[in-house]
Amino acid sequence: MKRVVITGAGTINSLGHSVPDTLEAMREGRCGISELEFRDVDRLSIKIGGQVRGFEAEGRFNRQQMTLYDRFTQFTLTAAKEAIDQSGIVFSGDLAARSGVVLGTAGGGVSTWDDNYRSVYEDGKNRVHPFVVPKLMNNAAASHVSMEHNLKGPSFTVSTACASSNHAMAQAFQLVRSGAAPAMVTGGAESMLCFGGVKAWEGLRVMSKDACRPFSANRNGMVQGEGAGIFVFEEYEHARARGADILCEVVGFAMSSDAADIVMPSKQGASRAMAGALADARLNASDVCYINAHGTGTAANDKTECAAVAGVFGPHADDLMISSTKSMHGHLIGGTGAVELLACIMALRDGVIAPTIGYEEPDPECALDVVPNEARDAKVDVALSNAFAFGGLNAVLALKRI
Amino acid sequence: MSISDRVINIIAEQAVLEPSDVTPDSTLEDLGIDSLGLVESIFAIEEEFDITVPFNANEPTASDFDISNVAAIIAGIEKLVSEKV
Repeated sequence: MKRVVITGAGTINSLGHSVPDTLEAMREGRCGISELEFRDVDRLSIKIGGQVRGFEAEGRFNRQQMTLYDRFTQFTLTAAKEAIDQSGIVFSGDLAARSGVVLGTAGGGVSTWDDNYRSVYEDGKNRVHPFVVPKLMNNAAASHVSMEHNLKGPSFTVSTACASSNHAMAQAFQLVRSGAAPAMVTGGAESMLCFGGVKAWEGLRVMSKDACRPFSANRNGMVQGEGAGIFVFEEYEHARARGADILCEVVGFAMSSDAADIVMPSKQGASRAMAGALADARLNASDVCYINAHGTGTAANDKTECAAVAGVFGPHADDLMISSTKSMHGHLIGGTGAVELLACIMALRDGVIAPTIGYEEPDPECALDVVPNEARDAKVDVALSNAFAFGGLNAVLALKRI
Repeated sequence: MSISDRVINIIAEQAVLEPSDVTPDSTLEDLGIDSLGLVESIFAIEEEFDITVPFNANEPTASDFDISNVAAIIAGIEKLVSEKV
């Protein structure tokens, strides 16, 4: 088995248009959630989200590209460029032939669906642009990354709702660890902040109208975000041979299915995924210093997740830190695990734990050290990143300082 | 503006050329318009003239809509526009 390291990271989300900007915002505990701005927002009852501001796609992409790139693809390409530039890796020859792209997204080109349904249903038009299908398809972003960066190996898109990008990164990890690919571009993206996207979520009645307050007794739901997180996963010796700056090591992962309920989370399913990731990484529970929680800010998730952590880690659960950065950037659904992986990298590399902001009242059902409101300095050797999706599909990654 | 000029403008925009560079005997290949560009041009023409162009990308030669050069396309559009009213 090969060792797998991360040699590049890129992002765009409501906290920043790059990794340094995003990490600075996380260190400062800034909130990227604000009033949503898009057509027909006045017809929504949920009017807040972690919307990306000041992103000018025009100018960044040419006219032909604009006809093919949904917003989730635009985010993906922007973050992928940052990650691949940082990594310094150049995909050519045999490296290009064997390296690929695995990305996660839950909705794909949601705003393209939305715009075109509006056009044919509301405006009564009978003709849509010829590229609607290639623009909205869930694999559009992965395909455009492959074309832009000459990645000719295994490439596909994973869609497991809120765990999509963790499942995607797990697949990339396996491909590199097994020796099938020397490097993989991986992560995820989501862009559901449009009228139809938010309206669909409203239906579930799990959204907060004012803030995302994970683990706080007065939490009242999740808040959506948008953006992308993209990484270069690379075989350790390959990275060392070319003198790459290694951000951290990916040491294990596990997936599990609750096989129980389409929306309610399960303590057992979450526990099995965390315990499985530790076993895969050959780590003891006591090795873990930080967990980036799924921490959606819903009543159901947060207490189930805390119970699962208490179960898996036993007395050590009181010693470790667990925070939810969704309080700052919102829930990026299929892209969320990728942006949250940045908090794990910051913990491992910089020794800074991103806080859970918006924390106001302790909840006896979430009695863990959730790093409330302010970032904290701590030496972290091992971190976990949790993602527990609707449909009961769970994926947990284990990372190590290098 | 004449139908001919309007069609040439659409084709020129697709080809990223000046309208003066698009001549009646230019083929789409000459202009660097590939199959996706052709489909996009037909969409733009349909929008411009509010017509339906009988074109199937699987069988470009099967319909009676001739795309062999710019003059043929203009003639086809003029016919479709005249039939509309």
